[in-house]
Amino acid sequence: MSRKREEKEYQKSFPYRFSRWLRGEEDPFIGRLEMKPQVPRESPERHFDPSDYEEIKRRSRDHAHNKRWQGYGKLYQISSVFICTALIALLVYAVSYLPPVGKTGNPANNEVPERYITKGLEETGAVNIVTGMILNYRAFDTFGESTVLFVATGCVMLILMTGKPRGKRGTEEDGTGNDISERMCITDTGDGMSEEIPGETSGTDPILQVIAKLVCPAVFLFGIYVILNGHLSPGGGFSGGAITGAGLILYTNAYGFEKTERFFTKKTYTGISVSALSFYCLAKSYSFFTGANHMENMNPNGTPGAIISSGLILPLNICVGLVVSCTIYAFYALFRKGGL
Amino acid sequence: MSFVQNVPCFSILMTMFAAILSSAAGGKTARKISIGIAAAVGVMSAFLLVFLMGTGDSYAYMMGHFPAPWGNELRAGMLEAAMALLFCIIMLLSLLGGGEEAAEDVREEKANFYYIMADLLLAANLALVYTNDLFTAYVFVEINTIAACGMILGKFNRLTIASAVRYMIMSLMGSGLLLLGICFFYDMTGHLLMSNIREEIAVIAGSGAYQVPFLLTVGLVSVGLAIKSALWPFHAWLPNAYGYSTVASSAMLSSIVSKGYIFLLLKIIFRIVGLEAFVRSHVTDILFLFGMTGMILGSVDAIRQNNIRRMVAYSSVAQIGYIFMGIGMGTTGGMEASVYHILAHASAKALVFTAVSGLVRVSGGKTGLKDLSGAGFRNRAAGAGFVIGSLSMIGIPGCAGFVSKLMFAKASLEDAFYMIPVLACLAISTLLNAIYFMRVVLFLYTPDDVHLPEEGRDAGHGKEAGSIRTAAGTVLAGTAGENGTGTGNSLQFRIAVTGFICLNLFLGICTGPVSEAVKTGLSIFG
Repeated sequence: MSRKREEKEYQKSFPYRFSRWLRGEEDPFIGRLEMKPQVPRESPERHFDPSDYEEIKRRSRDHAHNKRWQGYGKLYQISSVFICTALIALLVYAVSYLPPVGKTGNPANNEVPERYITKGLEETGAVNIVTGMILNYRAFDTFGESTVLFVATGCVMLILMTGKPRGKRGTEEDGTGNDISERMCITDTGDGMSEEIPGETSGTDPILQVIAKLVCPAVFLFGIYVILNGHLSPGGGFSGGAITGAGLILYTNAYGFEKTERFFTKKTYTGISVSALSFYCLAKSYSFFTGANHMENMNPNGTPGAIISSGLILPLNICVGLVVSCTIYAFYALFRKGGL
Repeated sequence: MSFVQNVPCFSILMTMFAAILSSAAGGKTARKISIGIAAAVGVMSAFLLVFLMGTGDSYAYMMGHFPAPWGNELRAGMLEAAMALLFCIIMLLSLLGGGEEAAEDVREEKANFYYIMADLLLAANLALVYTNDLFTAYVFVEINTIAACGMILGKFNRLTIASAVRYMIMSLMGSGLLLLGICFFYDMTGHLLMSNIREEIAVIAGSGAYQVPFLLTVGLVSVGLAIKSALWPFHAWLPNAYGYSTVASSAMLSSIVSKGYIFLLLKIIFRIVGLEAFVRSHVTDILFLFGMTGMILGSVDAIRQNNIRRMVAYSSVAQIGYIFMGIGMGTTGGMEASVYHILAHASAKALVFTAVSGLVRVSGGKTGLKDLSGAGFRNRAAGAGFVIGSLSMIGIPGCAGFVSKLMFAKASLEDAFYMIPVLACLAISTLLNAIYFMRVVLFLYTPDDVHLPEEGRDAGHGKEAGSIRTAAGTVLAGTAGENGTGTGNSLQFRIAVTGFICLNLFLGICTGPVSEAVKTGLSIFG
């Protein structure tokens, strides 16, 4: 049985004080504890102007007259040279223990390359064993490699793409000082090199244009040939794509970005890379799934040597080729004008 | 073969496919795709984990129509599945919790690239977790490196460019050393598949050949991966990269990327080199020493920081030190403790980063410790998250960090040589952790009278009592009603913080099944 307390007694009790504290009516410290307000910290006597900070920054970056920095720089150089030399010596010493290159008894000459060489044609249908290896035996690695290109382009776009149409850049010199990507671009138009941006000088170099007119079709054709014959002769998606990409760069140099933009814009780039990589991903997912679950492969290998043969290798080569050529051209365009 | 066994392959390919699709989508759609894929893969990994806990064994998954030494191969055991599940949860919650800040930090037209990087980061780490092929591992290490640079650059300013460049240089150094190591492995054994390398290495060790290159290879691989996961002397890239990038990036970098590399190192130790050979090479001693130094010096550096983001970043150095200390002990117990600490630190650090972003948001975007006074009242969800994360970092029972520290201590008892240094370092480091985390917690819950309304100052009986009374008033207002605080926490942020807190408490309380899974997972790992 609880007994009803007197009001005064209750007011002395802990629950009453606690509930008052909870309601914010009473602070247990006030009146019971000696308290001092926080003394606001003295603001420093010296007041620094923005120019002072500039001065500090300038002096701290003045490496030529900074003794400490010089000492540190020397130490840094000496130690880095020492570490590199030590690492090189160590590696060379260890390499000397490794088996000599090209000997038949080497550990690398085991059952793995043996099967690639002896059974590669039969199992993949590709005359070019290397292509059969990278696009069929180890297609997962190759998908990873293509994705490396894709992610590298994405990263460069994240850094360099200005997101503004060309031509407007030069006028915004003062307004957007904070944005580094734009500033980079502005300084780019500022120095002597970019006076020769092909967009502005297109049609002014007849020698280059005539040569390009002759060479470009041949380069493109050769690139396409290398891609399409990747499973038959040396070459494949990576090398053919590099050739085609180089052809695109030559074309752009001769005729300017306006001409290239008629058939290759950011949309084209996105469309090509997305569809090529998606196809690669889906086709290989199917292949991995059927392979792992021991199901029948629906892609016939065909007659070795024919252009349409060796199952998925030909379309995959085309995909890799498209991705590589787009990447190479995209790098060039991004570094040159900050966009596609 | 059960259908659920396709999960490793599907989860990697699905995340990569999501990244590819995102490049054609706008920023908001890309974000939705990222969140959706992380959730889907997380659910799939959970199914796989349950399945593998049932079978209690690991299996190899053939990538394509050709068996392993010729084709690629994945391998999944319960440790791999658990790790994949953890990565997916952290990815999902960091995207949710850091979404608003990312939307502000990342420029609108580039937003989809940010989420491409996030997807590929997840894909690469899943591949690192599942792969059984050393070269595949290297390819995905490359993707991981580039994507991580992109994540740092998502918020694009001077500081992040400098830190991304620094990160890239150090990380490429690590990749280079790892690649050299892989080349040496291939030259000595003629294989790239982990299980085959292991067999060949057993033969080599029996014949006594290649002792010098083998030692160097183990060193190269360990140091390369240590650089990439920011072990103490190689951590110079870490504070700025974690401290200045947008919060979702910091959470993912600290909790997914560095953990993925450590997991790869564990895989190399168990599946290629073998634990005994690894201990015999004495690389463990170096890792042990560096790990212990990192535990102390990382914490000391963290104490010296005034910027809360950098402080949390430096605490990562200390925590990575714990993990490498466990690896350096070279015992199974030490490895188990390390794996548990990977789980604990990943969940706690992502929570702390997310919570800090909420606290900084209500403090006017300032990151100085003094500016955060009272922030715990202004944003209570973030405050609670920070407190739980800190307690977990310090190692208070009931939180994830405690279990791993206990496991480290227990593992050290097996060997008298390690006992005293490990216990001493654990004690000192815990103390230092407590100093800097509790200091912040005290700041967070110190009522800040600067932001009080003016009338509170004039009312009351004199200045002192008035200021204190109003201070108490804000506390009470903060605890009393939901409506008065106005923290502007979105639902996403709350979900993220709650999810992270639950993850931490789960790892801290349900230790039995988790540590059992880690134990069995490691025993079938090799």
